[in-house]
Amino acid sequence: MDHGPAVQCGKDNASEYKSKLGLIFFVIYLAIYTGFVVINTMKPKLMEIKMFLGLNLAVVYGFGLIILAIVLGLFYNALCSSAEKRMNKEEDGVKE
Amino acid sequence: MIYVASPFAVILFIVFVIAVLGISKFFAKQTTDAKGYFAAGGTIHWGVNGIAFAGDYLSAASFLGICGMIATVGYDGFLYSIGYLAGWVVALFVVAEPLKRMGKYTFADALDSKFNSKGIQLMAAISTLVVSMCYLIPQMVGAGALVTPLLGLPHYVGVIIVGSIVMFIVATAGMASTTYVQFIKGGLLIVFSTILVFMLLNKGIDVTPSKNYHKFISIEATVKDKAVVSINDKSYKISVQKSISGIELVKLEKDGIFTWWKVQKEKDKSVLTEALSTTVNPEGKKLYNGAKQDAKKFYSVGHMTSINKNGKSVQKTGKVGPFEFISIIENSVVTLFKKVKFKDGKNSITVWYQKPTSGKTVMRPGLKFKVDAGSTFMSKLNFVSLMLALFFGTSALPHVLIRYYTVPSPSDARKSTIVAIAAIGFFYILTLFMGLGAMTSGVLDVESSNMAAPLLAKYFGTALFAIISAIAFATVLGTVSGLIVAASGAVVHDIMVNYMSIKLSDKGMVRAGKIAAIVVGVVAIILGIMFKGMNVSFLVGWAFAVAAAANFPAIFMLLFWKKTTAAGITTSIFVGMTSALAIILISPSMIERYGYAATSAPLGLNNPGIISIPLSFITLVLVSLMTQPKAVEVKQ
Repeated sequence: MDHGPAVQCGKDNASEYKSKLGLIFFVIYLAIYTGFVVINTMKPKLMEIKMFLGLNLAVVYGFGLIILAIVLGLFYNALCSSAEKRMNKEEDGVKE
Repeated sequence: MIYVASPFAVILFIVFVIAVLGISKFFAKQTTDAKGYFAAGGTIHWGVNGIAFAGDYLSAASFLGICGMIATVGYDGFLYSIGYLAGWVVALFVVAEPLKRMGKYTFADALDSKFNSKGIQLMAAISTLVVSMCYLIPQMVGAGALVTPLLGLPHYVGVIIVGSIVMFIVATAGMASTTYVQFIKGGLLIVFSTILVFMLLNKGIDVTPSKNYHKFISIEATVKDKAVVSINDKSYKISVQKSISGIELVKLEKDGIFTWWKVQKEKDKSVLTEALSTTVNPEGKKLYNGAKQDAKKFYSVGHMTSINKNGKSVQKTGKVGPFEFISIIENSVVTLFKKVKFKDGKNSITVWYQKPTSGKTVMRPGLKFKVDAGSTFMSKLNFVSLMLALFFGTSALPHVLIRYYTVPSPSDARKSTIVAIAAIGFFYILTLFMGLGAMTSGVLDVESSNMAAPLLAKYFGTALFAIISAIAFATVLGTVSGLIVAASGAVVHDIMVNYMSIKLSDKGMVRAGKIAAIVVGVVAIILGIMFKGMNVSFLVGWAFAVAAAANFPAIFMLLFWKKTTAAGITTSIFVGMTSALAIILISPSMIERYGYAATSAPLGLNNPGIISIPLSFITLVLVSLMTQPKAVEVKQ
């Protein structure tokens, strides 16, 4: 049985760069997420501290993690798209 | 609680079902080969795929379960939203593109792309089936629970209806129809949840949630040595007093009706505060607040004890902004309803008593997860374990992973994941408002928190209730369809074609896929009926834990560790899956279900991730090191 992809993808010179970039972004987010879990586990009362707009640390950190995921995602995509254009532009017939 | 079927809801439900069947029939004509059936031809636009991701992922557990949990335990329910969303970061940064590049129809393809190993093919397929089943059961149970209030039908009918519609969707056009059903459902869910939150903020917060809201009364009492000796209302007679887990409860009789009250101190005096209760006698007959169900003595609950706006005590806030809404709840006091169960003679009693709780406590962790007062090392470990499974589980769920094969290119896989993160993230922010809204709007059914979001919609009118309920139903359809496609792919592509080497033509694969979808659908219907009443979120937690332990280490190490071998992957999937399942089966929650005391569980852990995920990683590393190919260069 053929194990190839459902749609054949061309060679991507940027794949190694994107892979490393993804790993860096993943580690950054993991560190911030770990901080969130650690505070919730070890010092849950710290989450009561008022931050801004009348919101406490629990809500600000929670919303922050969600918004950070979106922002990092967009940033990652911009860097990847730019790398794909830069590294694949001289390849013939390359589809990203 | 009594639910009356709304004719508008029934009409909407029928319209939705007809639309779904129409979509499926339309795509059926275009789905003739395996690529079309299992991967929608790999031609779906990344934007559509991103919203379909949201439709696939935002299951009954997300919409009904999380909103219900926030409505009853506050911020702890929102922790699920954060964990579920954070998992998508792993999917985007680590999994999306490589998986798209390496795979074809199933995630087993990607794992096996370097090795062509029978072991990987079999173990990955079994893991897909186990995770899909763990995820399918709660969806089917949720469908049954939803159809009862929506259409007034018994639980099993709801399960059969959902199972049959989903089998039709999947058996006609596979991933193509499934994608568009998920896209429509995901879009509708986000749009109407936004409308619901907008209406909630426009209404604001009121100490008296509605004109019809039951006014809970208190009776002054004389208490000596914890015993209630007299009360200030002569129309009631003291019947029995019980002390349950430090809570003093008194049964009062009035006009032949028995009700339960909680003894508490208010300033310098003792009072009895009205509670809700159900009484089940040995014959199984159930009374609600001492009366028959149709007497309507069992009320919807959820209100503010007091509201503090800008440092002033107010009765209602009027229109508020989103941050102001949360801030006011943080600064005010909310009346939560806590449950206790006990025996009164031969009758089984459940009492929900009022517990005024500071908004500060509601809006920080601790009401559900034991991380603060009364916490132990194991209770904290349980919490960490859950958050770990949620983080690593998403990117290892088979029905999420197969969606990467429906787009044309790896960059489309990446872009569709970002759309999914934005859509799902926005929805999860809305869950906090919907949950807190249900908590304070007098709409909660204490017997089932799962209906919190639809009942909040009902507060704003039957039309919105009908729409939200129909969308909640669609939520189940979308997720179940995705799961059945994943399971069908595992059976046909991974087990029959790859592992058993059965030669099937392209059309033969599609036919086998359709038969597998029907078989999986029938099994899901049977299990959905068998598991009636089982906690939906609990089972979804299993699916995440098993996926995170069985699949994630294999995917991650294959991508980032050159020494990974086929034997390492096969063994790690097996060890991760079996250790997670074994820990679940001997967990305190399960031991309690077997009829024993939870404390007799050999391991005080309900969430296996903290043990099974590292165990799976270690197994992969050790076995890979022991099975390195000799004198052959490992190609990356």
